[in-house]
Amino acid sequence: MKICVTSSGATLESPFDNRFGRAPYFIIYNSDDKSFSAIDNSVNINASQGAGIQAAQLIADSGAKVLLTSNLGPKAGELIYASGIKVYQVETDSVQKAIDLYLKGELKELKESNVEGHA
Amino acid sequence: MKIAIASGKGGTGKTFVSSNLVRSYKKQVALLDCDVEEPNNSLFLKGDIVEQRRHAVLVPKLQSDLCDGCRVCQQVCEFNSIIVMGGKAMVFEDLCHSCGACTLMCPQKALYEVDHEIGTIVVRKSKNVAMVEGLLDVGKALAVPLIRKVKSYIKQFKDIPIIIDSPPGTSCPMVWTIESSDYVILVVESTAFGFHDFKIAINTVKDVNLPFGVVINKDGLGDDRVEKYCLKNNIPILARIPFSIEVATSYSKGDLLVEVDPVYQKIFEKLWEELINRVKSGAKDEK
Repeated sequence: MKICVTSSGATLESPFDNRFGRAPYFIIYNSDDKSFSAIDNSVNINASQGAGIQAAQLIADSGAKVLLTSNLGPKAGELIYASGIKVYQVETDSVQKAIDLYLKGELKELKESNVEGHA
Repeated sequence: MKIAIASGKGGTGKTFVSSNLVRSYKKQVALLDCDVEEPNNSLFLKGDIVEQRRHAVLVPKLQSDLCDGCRVCQQVCEFNSIIVMGGKAMVFEDLCHSCGACTLMCPQKALYEVDHEIGTIVVRKSKNVAMVEGLLDVGKALAVPLIRKVKSYIKQFKDIPIIIDSPPGTSCPMVWTIESSDYVILVVESTAFGFHDFKIAINTVKDVNLPFGVVINKDGLGDDRVEKYCLKNNIPILARIPFSIEVATSYSKGDLLVEVDPVYQKIFEKLWEELINRVKSGAKDEK
């Protein structure tokens, strides 16, 4: 199963990024074979608006079934939940630690967006 | 003559200056309240409503059975307001800037445009003042189209001065409000926050290439940093409105100060003289 983590860099050792739409990278970790890939999100970092929904699409397209992040806005949330992706809230140092916490079952599922939009 | 009244920081007194400025004028004058998230001039000027109409912008709507999920709409959208998920386009109306590109470019003709109401335009008549205000619907993020609608009334006021009350800040709504005016008044209070935002506002007005001057409101509150800065940078101080408990009390009751205190009527009459002279002389040195 593919797990997406919001990240500051392109590796598993990279610092976890608590933003969703404007995280510099999304790490897609495959728990079946322990491989990973990085999606560059630089286009959305500089978007004047709508970063969250574009990011949601990148993640849906990646085939991830789980998203590990801190904050999810209403528009992105609408798309993420419509795509059947489960969201777990995490605050930690690195991408690897976020994945470990999830695999140990220590993260709480976020059932709806938890922050206001900012138009 | 079009005079825009702006500030960086909110609460410095744009509406206070606008409402008293128009009432202090001895002849007919127009006031456009472009602070569409909180158009408060009518609280002070009151007046009868002569026209009221809803304003809508065009946004795309999907005829779902025609959409094949090709993503052309998403690619041409500069504002990230349309996205394709699960093989179908989804429109986020609040992000849409009504450019029409998606509808034009859709190969399947699956998108068509519909009205999306964003607010109300209210025209009032209050003694010597013809007032147009925009009132953005709560929860809507599209201030600029409503501001442009309010400003479209400019052509109805041919030979009278037009005062344009801007939203606070220095982002798009402020820029669209002040653009094409003949002169900008920056209302400022000489406090740390006021001064910080004042400098940002100056840069914005300079970028838009408009002449401007300063009204120091709540003069006596804070310190002299705004005054010093204006002197050093050759920025004209058009008027000073003293900080006083009487002014605050009168304002909080919804009074127009110029109607109850002749001292302030004089201050605003003097401000009119300054404005008229500067606009006549081209005010080129104040850009």
